[in-house]
Amino acid sequence: MSEPLVIIGNGMAAARLVEELNKRALGRYAVAVIGDEPRLAYNRVLLSSVLAREVSRGDIELKSADWWRAHGVTLLYGHRAVSIDADIRRVKLANGATLPYGKLVLATGSKAIRLNVPGMDMPGVVTFRDLADVASMELAAKAHKQAAVIGGGLLGLEAAYGLAKAGMQVSVIHLMERLMERQLDPHASAMLKAAVEAKGIAVHLNAETAAIKGERRANKVLLKDGRDIGADLVVVAAGIRANSDLAATAGLAINRGITVDDHLRTSRADIYAIGECAEHRGTCYGLVEPAYEQARVLAGHLAEQQVAYEGSVLATNLKVSGVSVYSAGEFMGAPGTDNIVLSDPGLGSYKKLVFKADKLVGAVLFGDTADGLWYSDLIRTGAPIGAIRGDLVFGRALAERSPPKAESKPVLKDLAA
Amino acid sequence: MNAPAQHLPNVRTACPYCGVGCGVLAKPDGRGGAAIAGDPEHPANFGRLCSKGSALGDTLGLETRLLHPMLRDGDAMQRVGWDDALDHVADNLSCSIIKHGPDSVAFYLSGQLLTEDYYVANKLMKGFIGSANVDTNSRLCMASSVAGHHRAFGADTVPGSYADLDAADLIVLVGSDAAWCHPVLYRRMMANKRERGAKLVVIDPRRTATAEEADLFLSVAPGMDAALFCGLLVHLAGTQAFDFAYIDTYTTGLAEALTRAKQIAPDVAATGRLTGLGVAEVAKFFDLFTATAKAVTCFSQGVNQSAQGTDKVTSIINCHLATGRIGKPGMGPFSLTGQPNAMGGREVGGLANQLAAHMNFGPEDIDRVGRFWNAKAMARREGRKAVDMVDAISRGEIKALWVMATNPAVSLPNARHVREALGKLDLLVVSENVAGNDTIRTNAHVLLPAAAWGEKDGTVTNSERRISRQRTFLPLPGEAQPDWWIVSQVARRMGFAEAFAYRSAADIFREHAALSAFENEGTRDFDIGGLKDISDAAFDALKPVQWPVRSASREDSRFFAKGGFYTPDGKARMIAPDMPHPHAAVTPEFPLRLNTGRIRDQWHTMTRTGLSPRLGAHLPEPFVEVHPDDAAKAGLKHDGFARVTTPYGACVLKVVVSDGQQRGSLFAPIHWSGETSSHARVGELVTPAVDPHSGQPEAKATPASIAPVSYTHRGFALSRDRLLLPDDTWWARVKVGGGEGVLLASNAAPDVWRMRAADMFIGCEVSEFIDTAGDSYRMAAFADGRLVGALFIGPFARTPQWDAVKALFEVEALSDAQRRGVLSGKSTDGLADPGPVVCACFGVGLNIIRTALADGTASNVEEVGQALRAGTNCGSCLPELKRIVNDVAHAV
Repeated sequence: MSEPLVIIGNGMAAARLVEELNKRALGRYAVAVIGDEPRLAYNRVLLSSVLAREVSRGDIELKSADWWRAHGVTLLYGHRAVSIDADIRRVKLANGATLPYGKLVLATGSKAIRLNVPGMDMPGVVTFRDLADVASMELAAKAHKQAAVIGGGLLGLEAAYGLAKAGMQVSVIHLMERLMERQLDPHASAMLKAAVEAKGIAVHLNAETAAIKGERRANKVLLKDGRDIGADLVVVAAGIRANSDLAATAGLAINRGITVDDHLRTSRADIYAIGECAEHRGTCYGLVEPAYEQARVLAGHLAEQQVAYEGSVLATNLKVSGVSVYSAGEFMGAPGTDNIVLSDPGLGSYKKLVFKADKLVGAVLFGDTADGLWYSDLIRTGAPIGAIRGDLVFGRALAERSPPKAESKPVLKDLAA
Repeated sequence: MNAPAQHLPNVRTACPYCGVGCGVLAKPDGRGGAAIAGDPEHPANFGRLCSKGSALGDTLGLETRLLHPMLRDGDAMQRVGWDDALDHVADNLSCSIIKHGPDSVAFYLSGQLLTEDYYVANKLMKGFIGSANVDTNSRLCMASSVAGHHRAFGADTVPGSYADLDAADLIVLVGSDAAWCHPVLYRRMMANKRERGAKLVVIDPRRTATAEEADLFLSVAPGMDAALFCGLLVHLAGTQAFDFAYIDTYTTGLAEALTRAKQIAPDVAATGRLTGLGVAEVAKFFDLFTATAKAVTCFSQGVNQSAQGTDKVTSIINCHLATGRIGKPGMGPFSLTGQPNAMGGREVGGLANQLAAHMNFGPEDIDRVGRFWNAKAMARREGRKAVDMVDAISRGEIKALWVMATNPAVSLPNARHVREALGKLDLLVVSENVAGNDTIRTNAHVLLPAAAWGEKDGTVTNSERRISRQRTFLPLPGEAQPDWWIVSQVARRMGFAEAFAYRSAADIFREHAALSAFENEGTRDFDIGGLKDISDAAFDALKPVQWPVRSASREDSRFFAKGGFYTPDGKARMIAPDMPHPHAAVTPEFPLRLNTGRIRDQWHTMTRTGLSPRLGAHLPEPFVEVHPDDAAKAGLKHDGFARVTTPYGACVLKVVVSDGQQRGSLFAPIHWSGETSSHARVGELVTPAVDPHSGQPEAKATPASIAPVSYTHRGFALSRDRLLLPDDTWWARVKVGGGEGVLLASNAAPDVWRMRAADMFIGCEVSEFIDTAGDSYRMAAFADGRLVGALFIGPFARTPQWDAVKALFEVEALSDAQRRGVLSGKSTDGLADPGPVVCACFGVGLNIIRTALADGTASNVEEVGQALRAGTNCGSCLPELKRIVNDVAHAV
């Protein structure tokens, strides 16, 4: 008889875990997935595309209902898990039902950080985490003109892009002096700002929100420096934190997220955590790539393979507002590092490689990111760069092409034939 | 009306470069250019062309041309009409003559001029101004041959023909890098060597390209050629190789010549000591020459450009006279002239020590020419030769100079002194093709736009006395006019309208031919009287013809097989040469000797060949060749830089370490000017010492020193327009397809160049490559999608290479992939262009996806994912993938 495996959370990490488990441990577990959103798992990365009406809601479903069915997964979406009793290995749902498990995986993701400023609870103030948020933003876009997005990170910029595409006048309010400061260097940030502004989005930097004002509904954001920015819709995208509320009910060890070991195991041997809710070696990841790596490793582990998760090389590799950006490693530089920079503003392209001795240790790419994976490999493996150092920034195809045969120099007598 | 391009006929003309005088077929394209090919029917080249000739089509553009008369107005040159310019020249020449006498004016002409141009200028100066201050850049080229011929033969006669090179069993090249400087003729010699087994001996201080092919190469000590030929004369005497029948009947002076030769080089061993050659190789040469009746000795600048040039010529001619090997098939001394019309210039008397038509400054000749010209003021004595002319200018004796078709501020020895002297002139008139050159920039007061090759019409004479037509195949651009027209117009304004009423080049040619025959009766070698009544149509159709062309024609055009010399007694003179030695000794301060010369693909000061990207690619940088031992001693590295210093000036040149160079000897090419280089006007280094007989400067043996110059960085720039480089930069400019290239060396850091680049390409879209640790900066400038400029700077030891960037620079519009690769300095050819990234996670580009869809690898989003992994990670590109799949499906 199959061991019951319960996954709490019906997001991208959960879907990938099921997929990986089916590759490795087919039939070994009876899988149930509990999700509080009333729909099939979908690709959260594409929320802004839905908002921008580039894709339909159906397009972003990760797997069809048939797929889940065909793989024998019990889908309990629209159900919220409210507590875990680890001693008796039961999960309790909001409707009072309990679910026994042999193994439990927490994939509860993260929650938007809410700002501690007046007006946060006013109508017209939303976060940007799920399709429900998208729905309220779409509604606002129909009735109202102005939107403000608080937060100039990836999520905020995606929200701003979607709203602008949906026809709103959008302002981005960012606390720091540049956009995506944790993923990009100042030059790439500046290029991104220009690219965002080129889409008609206003960008306010060094802008700390003091309050959200309005009568019955938000109508402006007041900044600490006295500026106010008109906004009938305020999207708060000022960061996320791991969603570990449920883990707390089980008495699991929690730091910033649910702490897990290299097998993604929590402080209880039969409970695991992956994705944005987990904290591995002190790091909570906020991107899909580490979640997928964790899902893959956990699937292997559950299939009793000798696998371990040793952390992800933090590479940012995505499109923001339609522009490809990439960064990895020590892209901001550090003592003892040096850079090669290649920029072609006319092509909207900027590349910075960071070297330490004979190794590539970091990279930022803006616009042309085709070689990002190669750079990630070089950073991860620490392979010596040697003679191709100067060619590296021009991409793998050029740098790795075997050098052309030395042309025979014309000898003095070549006319004398 | 211009006919449509496809109907324009091939025009037969002659190449404007060296003295071989190749026939060229020019087929104009109707847009100012022309397709160039060798003329298969021309007896100088039978259809062959060298690299320079083949590239003539590259040089026809008008970008650098002077198209309008210009007059100095303060510091600037102002465009004026022809009348104003001509009046200005005529009035100022006349004024100078009245105030300071006829010798206060001078003309400095060129072997680039056509015979008709030359004739008119010479006539104006020597018959109407009344001075003989007309000299030419041929003074730098073969004046010593003229003097040597004159001394021996009583006339400036080249006895042989190119056909002798086909028939010879031994060809001796003395001071001639024919492989590079007379390439087509050299190939003819090689054909003889290959087909008939002729032996080739090359005598040259340098192991040149020519020497590479020689059966025997004699690396003679600089300036000691005469010693070798004195030794040969002694050897010939000792081996009973003299032709006493010829000597007794047709020559005088053998006793003195042989006595002197025995004093100089009494035997093989002494010859070896003097010439720095091994006894065995000297003996081998002597034996070869002695045993081979059919021997031609060709000599060129290595013989002529010497303070003992005339004696070198004499010592060669002596050996041929003593063996009677002259004027017979496959035999003779043979001067290879450097310029296309050096010979024509000599024929009209364009040198200061000639009068006209191979006549001199004897009273009878002066009287005869005076009567023929109906001259107002015949010159009565020889004028100033080139170097002397410059000194007279410097002293203020010559106050007005008219330079035609040459660039003396670069090409004359002690060129810095020349520039200073030119700056002192009251009037400097320059007739030119180009709007700017170093001479123009000295102080020119008047610039007169002259017709260039392809536009002008007339005749030239090559090294074998063959007169060929240069014909017009392009219209005169702007207000340019033929030189003969310009000179005639000035002459008319000076009051000599009747004597200068020419309507065409044919008019002038007829007069020139008539003068050559005037009271000649066989007393003068130069006689083309047979052509004096040539009709305009016959002149147009004139086929290449070797002089003499006497009224009563004769069969063999060679001279002197049966005597008939132009001395008073009709006998050749064998002259005793002086003890050979270079004019100036080396010293501890200047321990080396600087030799100068040409390179294969450039001509003179590059105002024409410099327009061809093909030619510029061969040797783009000015260099100095150094023997490895001297390089080691001076601390020079191959491919580094060195300052070459002489008592006259200094240059900074790229170092080429070569064991083809003798120890103690340096070689630098002459071509670079202030227009094309920062520190490489080699004429500034050359001693103004001249041969006492010919006045030809010793351009190949100036005492010099050499020291390393270090630059921290090197690089290049490319630009559509002229770039101005900062003073602290070493640079050499070279034409590249679509613009200009500059090779540079500098001590300025890359970040300084980054700022400079911003100024150089202001207003352009700029891409940059910054490698601080690698000490490199590269940038490319774009305008409207075109690559319009680039600057690459790197550390000296890792000089950026420009070939790939140059290739992209020639492409009008770059693809994105080419543009992304341009700053790599490497070719992007053959690299797949993946296109813009669609799947960021796996770096899959649009072009790759389209290709997979097109070739059937995938037909939907899922299959794209299986084949390329695109969209299988975060999936955020799936909507875009879906669109791409749909687009391709609809397109099919």
